[in-house]
Amino acid sequence: MTAQTYSLSPKEKSFVSWHLLVAMVALALGTLFGPLQAFQHAGLNLYPFLQPLIKSYYQGLTLHAVLNALVWTTFFITGFLTFNVIYGLKRPLRYPTLNQVGFCLMIIGLVMAAIPILLNKASVLYTFYPPMKAHWAYYVGLTLVVVGSWVEGYGFYFTYAAWRKENPGERTPFIAFASVLTMVLWQIATLGVAVEMLTMLIPWSLGLIETVDPQLARTYFWFTGHPLVYFWLLPAYISWYAMLPKQVGGKMFSYSLARLAFWLFLLLSVPLGFHHQYVDPGVPPGWKFVHAVLTFSVFFPSLLTAFTVSASLEYGARKNGGTGLFRWVLALPWRDPSVAAQLLAGLLFFFGGIGGLANAAYNVNLELHNTTFVPGHFHLTVATGVTLSFMGVSYWLVPYLTGKKLWKPDLARWQAWLWFIGMIIFSNAMHVLGILGAPRRTALGDAPYVPAEWNSRLLQVGIGGGILFIGAILYFAVMIGTAFSKVKVEKEVEVPVAEALQPVSQTPAWLDRWAPWVYAALALIVIAYGPQLYEQIRNISLTSPGFRVW
Amino acid sequence: MSTTSLHVHPYEKRWIIFSIVLLIVFTTAVAIAAFALGIQVPSPEQRVDPRTVAVDPNSPWSNPGLREIAPGRYEAYILAQTWQFQPREIRVPVGSRVTFYVTSKDVQHTFKIQDTNINMQIVPGQVSKLTVTFKKPGTYPFICSEYCGIGHAGMFGQIIVTP
Repeated sequence: MTAQTYSLSPKEKSFVSWHLLVAMVALALGTLFGPLQAFQHAGLNLYPFLQPLIKSYYQGLTLHAVLNALVWTTFFITGFLTFNVIYGLKRPLRYPTLNQVGFCLMIIGLVMAAIPILLNKASVLYTFYPPMKAHWAYYVGLTLVVVGSWVEGYGFYFTYAAWRKENPGERTPFIAFASVLTMVLWQIATLGVAVEMLTMLIPWSLGLIETVDPQLARTYFWFTGHPLVYFWLLPAYISWYAMLPKQVGGKMFSYSLARLAFWLFLLLSVPLGFHHQYVDPGVPPGWKFVHAVLTFSVFFPSLLTAFTVSASLEYGARKNGGTGLFRWVLALPWRDPSVAAQLLAGLLFFFGGIGGLANAAYNVNLELHNTTFVPGHFHLTVATGVTLSFMGVSYWLVPYLTGKKLWKPDLARWQAWLWFIGMIIFSNAMHVLGILGAPRRTALGDAPYVPAEWNSRLLQVGIGGGILFIGAILYFAVMIGTAFSKVKVEKEVEVPVAEALQPVSQTPAWLDRWAPWVYAALALIVIAYGPQLYEQIRNISLTSPGFRVW
Repeated sequence: MSTTSLHVHPYEKRWIIFSIVLLIVFTTAVAIAAFALGIQVPSPEQRVDPRTVAVDPNSPWSNPGLREIAPGRYEAYILAQTWQFQPREIRVPVGSRVTFYVTSKDVQHTFKIQDTNINMQIVPGQVSKLTVTFKKPGTYPFICSEYCGIGHAGMFGQIIVTP
């Protein structure tokens, strides 16, 4: 075993740590507002007590969404991917300054966006649908966060190109391959929102143009909005595919199929954004149907993932003495908080995926669009599948980066279970309420039309939110405790990177070639989006002035 | 050459086949719903200017409300604005077939009639149109389910279907 000798330099460790620190501070602030919304649903409105600091439910909701769904994810992911690129390729970044510049841009953007939100000048939620008009600094700030992450991505590409030159003919190590791919996907996906920002929202908010086209803005937004989900998800998949099997004492079941799944995500995750616009008036039903079919097709690589990850876990469990058709699950190392968190995250993600299929069904969506079913769904996916997995990753990654022993692993394990239980209660109630017709993004505690049959479910939303909040507090306690702990690890934490059952060299070469896949992805985007984008841009009607309605 | 072929475990092969069949079944089900059962989603109908749509005398939304176009057939022109629908209440007899034309004069809204298949994003500049037949008497609330500002939670109306 010679694989584990590489280590990040102290500078690199600190660079990655900064990403995680910003991510966790954002999550801590954003999570504060989660229970406030849940309690408001349950009839306990605490927002009046936050005056004059936080003006309304919707300002709180904007903070919750932007900090958790955009900032926590983007910063954690760029940090984790940076780690994966360096550790996977076992070489330093080619131009570390470039990555530092990218990170600084992200920080500047974050501060710029945070100020108007905190001043209640941007309570437009994280979808910022025009013609609701926020302060310009909000749009510019969010744009800079994305641009900064692009720059960090360029740093990955230079590093990867250098590695290829140094290692001709070798297969790219999986975690580096998958991380670079995630960044490529992100850079293609964010083109939509970049165009929306640069051609509409920024000049409009600066007063350079008077009016925008809200329908076209939605199309731009959802070009980015759905693949954004895969940008969140793929880093969790990297851990599930390549790290979790090692943590449970197993191996990666199939190296080749793991790569194939990632390629399919790159290929299929962008050209399906119309499934967020099924009930939009300005998109023809035929194109909606095409995107519905493509949405089902991107479920395929997730099904591949379900198999490969389960098989890898089962392999590890059986090596540890697990038996039976399902009883082997008990032989997994549940006492390891990092493992427990990720297993529970994966389990709930499975149900999130099923709910996603319901959302994606062109017709069933008529029942579900903009109901609480949707946040119920994405709290299983991004807020559990992704977030709880990232928490699990941080239970080994933070000790690796800081050299400190994880503080109170028992609490960390409790954290994972509380998140799991709280989320089941919260999310189940949200799904049921959605089917009953409860609208999302609504201060339901104030809504005059709430029928009595919703009440017990609204109470469950509050109870689930409360349990989740305790889980969140435990997470931050463990992280702060670890950071300030005086107990150092005896020797450097071993980075869990699983070997594959098949030797890496047997991976077919076509699974390590970029050009065909990237061109195919772009071609599919042109086919699935081109005609409608052309139509909508050609018929642009700039008729909507801005409104401040909060 | 064995090094260039994709190695797939027999179990995994079965899973892949199962997955593909599953997704084909789902897609077929959606296709049947959309094309055979005729479940409709909104489609491009008409463009309007949100700045004038509520005041232009030629615009039906300057006088929103219900119009009977034939016995038992109605058109309902509904104007969405912060934070109310106009009109707030519509009465039709049971069995009526109502086509809704909804637009917004300010920000985005959603028009969702509970217990029906009517759920439309209301985008300023566009007209959202869907048709429903009310087969059972009762009160059907319609609510705004897109965040539209501070008064969003109070934005609703109702359709009273009389026996």
